[in-house]
Amino acid sequence: MDELHWSVQALISVLLVAAGVFALVGAVGMLRFPDFFMRLHAPTKATTLGVGGVLLASMVMSWVSGSFGVHELLITIFLFVTAPISASLLAKAAIHLRSPSKAGDAPVETR
Amino acid sequence: MIDLALDFAFGCIGLALVLCTWRLVRGPEAPDRVLALDTLYVNVVALVVLLGMRLQTSLFFEAALLIALLGFAGTVALSRYLSRGDVIE
Repeated sequence: MDELHWSVQALISVLLVAAGVFALVGAVGMLRFPDFFMRLHAPTKATTLGVGGVLLASMVMSWVSGSFGVHELLITIFLFVTAPISASLLAKAAIHLRSPSKAGDAPVETR
Repeated sequence: MIDLALDFAFGCIGLALVLCTWRLVRGPEAPDRVLALDTLYVNVVALVVLLGMRLQTSLFFEAALLIALLGFAGTVALSRYLSRGDVIE
């Protein structure tokens, strides 16, 4: 790991630190926001970005060591596609269960 | 430098896992718990990838991909169950 050029090392380190901060911010937001619909925001944005940062760092590392890094790309694409889907399904479930919201009552379901 | 950044990322994601577990235990309603589980598995994917970087092996990527797939299936099944009452109609 130490034989890499210093700029590559700096790039990987910056990506890793940013990813850790994003993951932590997502978890703190999920813990601290007052109602469910606000809590839904923090993990779906910040934590997805955090995982994206970790995978990007891993991708850069495998690029400079010669391989292509398809695995990381697969995981990144999968996570970035599925995060909004699961968030939407969870929001639907919460609306159906009439979770209390600071923004007023949830709209009445049409079907 | 990379080792230091890896340690920092391990610490942050470990702390994030603890906070997710706190929300999972405390969560006032069922959707909160499902959301906590969702965030938990996303963080575990990051942790497994970090472990692969630390140990300099590409063996863990399949594990990370599997965790991501099964976690998504679990989240979809649980939220379908909460909103419809059963998983497959």
